Amino acid sequence: MALDALRVNRLRSTLTMLGVVIGVLAVVVLVAIGTGAKNAVEKEIAGLGSNIILVVPGQVGLGAAPTQSRLDLTDVAYVRRVVGDPSKVTVAVNSGEPVRVGRTEVFATLTGTDENMQHIFDRPLRRGRYLTSTDVDTRRRVALLGAEVAVKLFGDVDPIGRQVTIAGVRFRVIGIYETVGSTFGVARDQEVHVPVTTAQRLIGLPRINGIAIGASGPDEIEPLQRRVVAALDARYPGERFSAVTQTQLLGTIGTVLGMLTGVLAAIAGISLLVGGVGVSNIMLVSVRERTKEIGLRKALGARQRDILAQFLIEAVLLTTIGGVLGILLGVGGSLLIQAVSPVPASITWWSITLAFGVSAAVGVFFGVAPARRAGRLDPVIALRTE
Amino acid sequence: MIDSSGSPGGAATPASTPAATPGASAFEAVDLTRSYSLDGVTVDALRGVTLSIAQGEFVAIVGPSGSGKSTLMHLLGCLDRPTSGTLRVGGVDVATLDDGSLADLRNQTIGFVFQSFHLLARTSALDNVALPLVYRGVSRAERRERARAALEAVGLGHRLGHRPSQMSGGEQQRVAIARALVGDPQVVLADEPTGNLDTRNGEEVMALLSRLNAGSGVAVVLVTHDAEVAARARRQIHVRDGVVELDTARPADGSASDGSASDGSASDGSALEGDAR
Repeated sequence: MALDALRVNRLRSTLTMLGVVIGVLAVVVLVAIGTGAKNAVEKEIAGLGSNIILVVPGQVGLGAAPTQSRLDLTDVAYVRRVVGDPSKVTVAVNSGEPVRVGRTEVFATLTGTDENMQHIFDRPLRRGRYLTSTDVDTRRRVALLGAEVAVKLFGDVDPIGRQVTIAGVRFRVIGIYETVGSTFGVARDQEVHVPVTTAQRLIGLPRINGIAIGASGPDEIEPLQRRVVAALDARYPGERFSAVTQTQLLGTIGTVLGMLTGVLAAIAGISLLVGGVGVSNIMLVSVRERTKEIGLRKALGARQRDILAQFLIEAVLLTTIGGVLGILLGVGGSLLIQAVSPVPASITWWSITLAFGVSAAVGVFFGVAPARRAGRLDPVIALRTE
Repeated sequence: MIDSSGSPGGAATPASTPAATPGASAFEAVDLTRSYSLDGVTVDALRGVTLSIAQGEFVAIVGPSGSGKSTLMHLLGCLDRPTSGTLRVGGVDVATLDDGSLADLRNQTIGFVFQSFHLLARTSALDNVALPLVYRGVSRAERRERARAALEAVGLGHRLGHRPSQMSGGEQQRVAIARALVGDPQVVLADEPTGNLDTRNGEEVMALLSRLNAGSGVAVVLVTHDAEVAARARRQIHVRDGVVELDTARPADGSASDGSASDGSASDGSALEGDAR
């Protein structure tokens, strides 16, 4: 019965539905993109290596201003003593530098680190060798190239043993990393690793950017984290150090991206709301147009709630059909985005369920007012209407 | 003026009213008034109507436009409530009913026929006729079965799937009559049922109503300003200026006369409302 009523005014029903379709479509697609981004980042963090504690100066958190590092290599030695196992502690000095081979130049992230990096981070070698303590101690000018840097500079040629020029200084290539992807937009395949001591001289600053500690198991992370922060606080009273773990990072990033997804969904929700207003509007028109029919139905014994139900069902049908169409288009759109663009999109059941539920709720919410109006019509007046 | 106050008691006994619930009149109105307030001005559409219509009667309510006959019909049809006075429909005082129960009362006891048919367009004759049963919670199969029977009873058994737009006015009105009858009402209230029809079709519809009245004993109350149509009823109630001006009961042979009906259709308390002036 309700379907018939919608069919009678096919064009109008379609246009009204369109508002809901677009709203639901937007919800599904935007949530898919938000969720996709979150999944991608979480996967990246997980790919970083496990049980890592990163020690950085200042406070890590949303809205915290970046702090000038005052850590240097003596602090690394100090942390090594605190941790107990020197091989579980490594260091990073970062700087963007041009890297050149012949006429080919690429801009890479120069990272000064040491022989312990391999024990803590998950950076498998494709060829060659890792840094050694001798490389670090003697400030050797040797470099390991990220996969992308290697390909850009050398193409098919094997780079091992060849020369690259970093910031005007010549280095010998000793190793190539496997492709690992990027983390937080840090393209790790575009990194060039050199001994930390060599990097400091090249940059001209004795500072380091951070210390990374590998815990031997998940249970060890928290006590170790506390111990290191307490030790650094004691060494530098009045300054703050932060030690973040992968899990905390995941949590923070997850919160941020969750918020992002929420905001996207809310924006999409607004369009769904607008669609609902359209439904309300059309239902009011429909009630007016069908006043005589309502009067007749009442004369034949329809109660107020029968009429109310009739129009409510119509409104809900309108929005749920729109909702289903929107979901189908949204799923299709998400798959399309995933297929043809670098934006990750991940369709979630909750967003589909939510979109459907909301579209049905929109029908009820925006259908109630017109339906009540219909139900309350005085049959005498309604029958007399032309 | 003729006072047709029937002999008290006795007259409305079962014999000629097979479908009737013994005892109760179809309608019993005592001193009904209905006023409307339009822009602060009170209009008295009905100013004290007392009448009684027994089961199985064939009554015409006649009056010029503005006489209050439509208002009276709306009250009898339970589409509206009186401002004062008592109205009993099938023995039930409508003042005691809430809107929902009033809707049920309409559904159970009254069948409506309108001047402009009021059929749902784009809906088959069968579904149009079945509509009242929807609000009675009758199963779909039974609805269709009863609607088919009702359509056959009005001679439209071959038009079940037709839509109103595919039928003549006379046929449409017969569909409407089938719809009025499908729920086995006590009364069919017909508001100018021939008003939109040509003479021949109007004639047919009136014949159908007479036949149904005689055959199944359903009371027919028709509202009209057409004297010729009104003449087909056994009893005429003339309304003017919101009061009953004349209430006549005629014997079946057609000689207009006063007094109690001889065929038993005259009601017990049926009375010309004491016209005041």
